[in-house]
Amino acid sequence: MKEKRLLFALVALLVLGSLFPLPALAQQATPSDDEVNAIARQLFCPVCENTPLDVCPTEACRQWRELIRQMLAEGKSEDEIIQFFVDNYGARVLAEPPRQGINWIFYIVPPLAFLTGLFLLGRGLRDWQRKARQTAVQPPPVPAADEYAARLEEELRKRR
Amino acid sequence: MLIDFGFGVLVLSFLLALFAIGAAMYGAQRQRAAWVESARRAILLTFPLLSLAVGALIYLLVTGHYEVKYVYSVTSDAMPLYLKITALWGGQAGSLLFWSWLLSAFVSAVSLRDWKGEREFLPWVIVVTAVTLAFFLSLSIFFENPFERWWLLPNGDAVGAMFRPAGGAAAFPPDGRGLNPLLRHPGMILHPPMLYLGFVAFVIPYAFAMAALITGRSDDRWIRVTRRWTLTAWLFLSLGLVLGMRWAYDVLGWGGYWGWDPVENAALMPWLIGTPFLHTAIIQEKRGIFKHFNMALIILTYVMVIVGTFLTRSGVLSSVHAFAQSAIGPMFFGFIALTVIVSFALLIRRWPLLRDEIVLERLLSREALFLLAAVVFLSVFFIVAYGVFSPLVYEIVTNEKITFGPPWYERATAPLLGLLMLLMGVAPLSAWSYTDARSLGRALWKPAIPALLTPPVLALLGIRNLIALIGFTLVVFVLAVSLYEYGRGVRARMKANRETPFQALGRLFARNRRRYGGYLIHIAMVVMAIGILGIELFQTETQRSLSIGEEIQLGGYTLRYDSLAQFPHTDGRRVTRAELSVFKDGVFLARLAPRYDLYPDGQPMTIPGVYSTLADDLYVVLVNWENVSTAQTPFKVYHNPLVNWLWIGSLLFIGGMILTAWPPKESQTP
Repeated sequence: MKEKRLLFALVALLVLGSLFPLPALAQQATPSDDEVNAIARQLFCPVCENTPLDVCPTEACRQWRELIRQMLAEGKSEDEIIQFFVDNYGARVLAEPPRQGINWIFYIVPPLAFLTGLFLLGRGLRDWQRKARQTAVQPPPVPAADEYAARLEEELRKRR
Repeated sequence: MLIDFGFGVLVLSFLLALFAIGAAMYGAQRQRAAWVESARRAILLTFPLLSLAVGALIYLLVTGHYEVKYVYSVTSDAMPLYLKITALWGGQAGSLLFWSWLLSAFVSAVSLRDWKGEREFLPWVIVVTAVTLAFFLSLSIFFENPFERWWLLPNGDAVGAMFRPAGGAAAFPPDGRGLNPLLRHPGMILHPPMLYLGFVAFVIPYAFAMAALITGRSDDRWIRVTRRWTLTAWLFLSLGLVLGMRWAYDVLGWGGYWGWDPVENAALMPWLIGTPFLHTAIIQEKRGIFKHFNMALIILTYVMVIVGTFLTRSGVLSSVHAFAQSAIGPMFFGFIALTVIVSFALLIRRWPLLRDEIVLERLLSREALFLLAAVVFLSVFFIVAYGVFSPLVYEIVTNEKITFGPPWYERATAPLLGLLMLLMGVAPLSAWSYTDARSLGRALWKPAIPALLTPPVLALLGIRNLIALIGFTLVVFVLAVSLYEYGRGVRARMKANRETPFQALGRLFARNRRRYGGYLIHIAMVVMAIGILGIELFQTETQRSLSIGEEIQLGGYTLRYDSLAQFPHTDGRRVTRAELSVFKDGVFLARLAPRYDLYPDGQPMTIPGVYSTLADDLYVVLVNWENVSTAQTPFKVYHNPLVNWLWIGSLLFIGGMILTAWPPKESQTP
């Protein structure tokens, strides 16, 4: 008897619950501006050049921010929302080229350029050193910090 | 009448520049001094002539001659006088003429110098500067003519043209469109002339470098002669960059100062090559090495000056396709290609002549460290150029666009900028030619102590961010090294000459301006770095709609929304202005009034309200794209820690630059 009542209560609860579906719950927690901006900041305006979506003043971008708010309200995750924008407007909405395929050259070349520079510098210095060893041995002067300090030191010595 | 006069003078200057090129080349080839002299006078004359052209355009701007297309597009009756004058560089055609005018001023100044020591340079300096001038004047005459008039065609279209098109009738619009509101800010009024002055001044050292290559003179004469030009160019370029940053912070309303936008990068690129050139040129003067390197650097700087102007003026950045359609783009492209080919061909031909006069022996010598710093600078330059041009190439190849935003640039350049700071600390303590690890260690340990104490102190203060710890440690290190160098010099002078500390410091500067001014610039750089680290790593923001009386909290501050007013301004814009009170710990601090102005042409402008202290800025923006009402007003608030140090460092930087570049008294000229 007791179990029957409990079962009835559960069914009633489920029926009642289905009358107030999820949207009602979501509306209670409208995503805040900060939550919207946190995602908008990672996206670039698809119409203006080089303007992040969170600060773009155009009407189009305002609507895109509202779209983000709506998607957040629907429970979409950050990645899903960003992917939605990429699918619809292309990779240009991302702050950086997506790391895939040929795009990797945009990430590999910069450090490679610096390393190449270092390599060339190293080789140049090695050549210089080799040349230095071949040329006549110069008497090494006092390892003073520099000419000016050396001159100062010398003046000092003279005064004493 | 005045319109035709302005254009006529422009054409005359162009012809004079062409004549100067021919006469100087002929005179140099045939050893005819009279022809060279004639070329010199021709180039000298371009400045007064172009001044007349600029004067005519300014008169047209100020008096509202809206039948001139340029005047129509950048001024309106409602604009104040100073804005009408500065509208000279507010648009494409005017700024190109302005560019040419500045160049003619510099070229005239150079041609007036005493050429006794380097007479053989004269014709070639004239040729190089006159070619540059003729190129820019040709753009003004054939493609971007500021004196074009409006004509009404029989079919009702209005077109801009210098001469009456078939069936066209002169059109006189009653009022102009007015200057883009974003450009009506002191920072934006001063920023382009500073940048252009920097750009144009770099043409002079390049011209001397080319003259040295053509005449086969292998010594450092060209560097010595143009030393002050280079410093001046660098000063103005730096000033231009700083003003641009300040403008972005004050006007764009996104809480930042630098967005790695291609237009910003276009101005940064020449700076990134000019800076190492400034340093390695010193080494060529002192040691007679790095001759090829310096030549390559000054060529690249000049090329980047042209590329920078090209990027911002050709429309290539908004779309590569627009670039292909514009007439000015291919012209620039051709000129850049020609410059690169001719300059580097000359350098290669003279390669054997530019042999090093000494050999570099030690890896830790100041020469080697300067060279390492130059490699780092060039790498940063390469990254920036790569970020600017990759999207263009990508668009051509795939017909799709990609974005290179701040995260990409920051990740790629941050380690290199850190390395540069480290070198800024180490290099001044290394000696010319003979440093070994031990002597460098001996010089380094004292300034290293405060640097090593920095991370634990910051950690105790609660800072856990690794980049911040490294960054601030480097800042303290460079500060300590620079102050230590001052201290060492002052102490030595005090002992030797029985001077007071102030006398000693003053004379230290007087005796070696470049060196001790240079340290001041280093200090300024790291003070700027404090601000950059603060805002980049610790900026916080929040956005909320408030009704009057409501409060918002951020970064320890409380903002109370007090009132909102909307009213029309006399110049036609509609102003929406909010007032907020700033409190900290319950104490009233200030009243802020962020506003946004909506101009008649629909362009909005967001002016933030900023409460600024040495520790942080509270930066409030009335978010202009939302619907504003007193019931619900959307605000965006940024808390920008330490950002003021960026501007303090900038001021210090300018001071250091002026001190370094100021002409010495006659007796001290080397």
